[in-house]
Amino acid sequence: MSIEIRSAPHIKGTRSVEQIMRHVVWSLLPVCAFFVFQYGLSALLSLLVVTVSCLLTERFFVRQGGQSGDIGDFSAIITGLLLALSLPPGFPLWMGAVAGIVAIALGKALFGGIGFNVFNPALIGRAFVQAAFPQAIATYTPSFMPGRFYEFIPSSMTIPLMQPVSVVEWLQARQFDALAGATPLAKWKFEGVLANADDLLTSLSGHMAVGPSPVLILVCGAYLAFRRFLDWRIPAAILGSAGLTAWMLFALNDVRFPNPFFMLFSGGLILGAVYMATDMATSPVTPKGMWVYGALIGLLTVIIRYYSGLPEGVMYAILIANAATPLIEKITQPTPFGKGVLSNLGRQKKGASYPLHSGYISREDAGAVTPKKRFLFNKPKHPPKE
Amino acid sequence: MKLLSYFRGEAFQRGVHPPSCKLTASTRIRRLPFAPKVTVPLSQHIGRVPRPIVRVGQEVVRGEPIAKSDEWLSVPHHAPVTGVVEFIGLRPGVRGPWVESIVIRAHPGASQEDLWGRPRDLADATGGDILQAIWDSGMVGLGGAAFPTHAKLTVPKQAKVHTLVVNGCECEPYLTCDHRVMVEQADALVTGIRYAMRATGAVRSIVGIEDNKPDAVVAIREAIARCGRIPEGEVYAELVPTKYPQGSEKMLVMALFGVEIPAGDLPVSLGMVVNNVGTLAALGKLLPAGRGLIERVVTITGPGVAKPGDYIVPLGTPLRFVLDYAGAPGAESRQVILGGPMMGQAAASLDVPITKGMSGVLVMRGDELAWREHQKTYPCIKCAECVESCPMGLNPSQLGMLAAKREYDLMGSDYHLGECFECGCCSYVCPSNIPLVQQFRIAKQILREKAISK
Repeated sequence: MSIEIRSAPHIKGTRSVEQIMRHVVWSLLPVCAFFVFQYGLSALLSLLVVTVSCLLTERFFVRQGGQSGDIGDFSAIITGLLLALSLPPGFPLWMGAVAGIVAIALGKALFGGIGFNVFNPALIGRAFVQAAFPQAIATYTPSFMPGRFYEFIPSSMTIPLMQPVSVVEWLQARQFDALAGATPLAKWKFEGVLANADDLLTSLSGHMAVGPSPVLILVCGAYLAFRRFLDWRIPAAILGSAGLTAWMLFALNDVRFPNPFFMLFSGGLILGAVYMATDMATSPVTPKGMWVYGALIGLLTVIIRYYSGLPEGVMYAILIANAATPLIEKITQPTPFGKGVLSNLGRQKKGASYPLHSGYISREDAGAVTPKKRFLFNKPKHPPKE
Repeated sequence: MKLLSYFRGEAFQRGVHPPSCKLTASTRIRRLPFAPKVTVPLSQHIGRVPRPIVRVGQEVVRGEPIAKSDEWLSVPHHAPVTGVVEFIGLRPGVRGPWVESIVIRAHPGASQEDLWGRPRDLADATGGDILQAIWDSGMVGLGGAAFPTHAKLTVPKQAKVHTLVVNGCECEPYLTCDHRVMVEQADALVTGIRYAMRATGAVRSIVGIEDNKPDAVVAIREAIARCGRIPEGEVYAELVPTKYPQGSEKMLVMALFGVEIPAGDLPVSLGMVVNNVGTLAALGKLLPAGRGLIERVVTITGPGVAKPGDYIVPLGTPLRFVLDYAGAPGAESRQVILGGPMMGQAAASLDVPITKGMSGVLVMRGDELAWREHQKTYPCIKCAECVESCPMGLNPSQLGMLAAKREYDLMGSDYHLGECFECGCCSYVCPSNIPLVQQFRIAKQILREKAISK
């Protein structure tokens, strides 16, 4: 009989990397379905093309041997879906494919694959296309267009390496003005038109150029947080900090600044807070660090949105916070058991069943020396006789 | 969800909930027959190794001392069977290397009764007398650490003990020996608690039991009630929420009193002494009879055992004999673990004997282990599961990355590696399948060797 020798622990929890990633993909599917429901065929094709481009790039780098992990771990699918959700639905498909390639190649493979990336790969891809194709990424189309399940938004089918065709004529043919395609954030920024927060919350009313419903994303995120596939602290910190900052500015000047609910539910803040910022590899592992990281993202988002030339700021805020993550972790290391300030005072915490004996406190007050762990080696050779 | 446990006010922060798998929680303790040969290793505890005081060929009676030491931090050994000393020398040890042992061949016709012990009256014994009696009995902590009990119960001069905490948590999956002892030997346990209280001068004793063993609490409360008024002080039995690693004394004190034992200190710095239920129940039986520790309750369990149960096993019984009796089919069992599955040690050979600190023998079958071999090891994805589960509040993720880079000094100086007590929660939860605690063990060993060589 042969027996195995291993080092303890000999049992293992059931959680695996594949399981975590698979659940994130499951939870993204309703969000993607809603996106397709809003924008029709173009959105569906955009999701598919970007995801397949991410998967092929991942496969290429895994084959090359330069990166760990495999396409079987579902992480490239998450990158692809999130990237597609953060792009306009009518984004030219060839540009989407480029975004996917850049996301995996520069955002992930360059650093060594899963777990080693410093920045969220999906946002690296989006940041690249934002710089390379500024016109295409700013071109949104209204949601719930009639006939969206039978025809493509014309810009989707742009010939590779060409600039997208204008959607203005296509919109005018359907009795929409050219401005119908602007996102609520862009409308507020450039025209001073404020959308109603309730409408933003569901994304269901009218032909707004918005992403999937924030409520749906929050529900899917709540499922993940409940199953502990993402840490609830990060979205809570982001939304709290963004809401608080926006509310303070709103209280200072309610003409210049929009109300905080508009700030929370417009643009990609909810998607970013729930799915992008909580990317495990690029967020801090320490509980305190998660609060700092989230607060930083919320603050930066509001500042970029209010003061910069860009309507949207979530992407840059998350990328900057990703860069700050190692530093945040370094200054927020957890306090080990028995090394905290509270423990030195001998103070009792919540959940205690018995009081400490009163003799203990008075003994400390009397200045008795507490023996350290080393006392055993300084002991006399025989037990004391009383 | 951790948020919920915060609102519930759970005992100690973090920790894990492995499946309990207590197969033998309701089977009575049974007695194992005597093996034809027993092997008593001289080093079964923390501290100095005692010297043999018998010769090869000498007849020994069950219960007779066979090894002794004058060192304070050491305990004597007693003959587990009546028989003839056959061999004194090196034999396979539990940790791998061969160790100095005494091999005794049992007399086939002997009644195997303990004729050596002399009953005594300890009603008026002082604390010092009891400590001496405990020392003579060769008692060590039966929970697994095997620290000499008389040393643990000796209160340093400058300290004062007010509370004796009795550890009945048994948080390890599979193990049930402490549970059965609490249910079946509750009276002996209360007697043992009274001796320990007298030895330490404690005026209060609290038995902390995880809430998956309600019958143990009932049994102990009944035993306390049967005693009437206990002259040494008050004894309570208390339920604490089930969670691994509650059996660590720091965690149990946190659960019962809500106070952290300062890092580097023993519970005695807060006026407490923590002891295992198995140890105190054994004291309650051995001290009045004047006997030595020659047998203990061992849980023999696991998917590879046909007759799992808690057995009274004479110390020194070879593992092979124990497993044959309990029905562990040899061809299928792939791993034999001494202790619990979270912190136990894999046996290197089936020729090693049962020792004083061994609380369980866990036999895993090959098919139970097969899935583990197919699990892939990923790089750390920084999911923070380990940080959320480390009961000592360390950052295993960071420590693991430093260990991979062999930055052992940094681990010890900046990331509190010394606080790790190797409970294995981090490795248990790691979705990337990284052997975190295994790396920490190596790192701690290297740091210890460095400290010695300096």
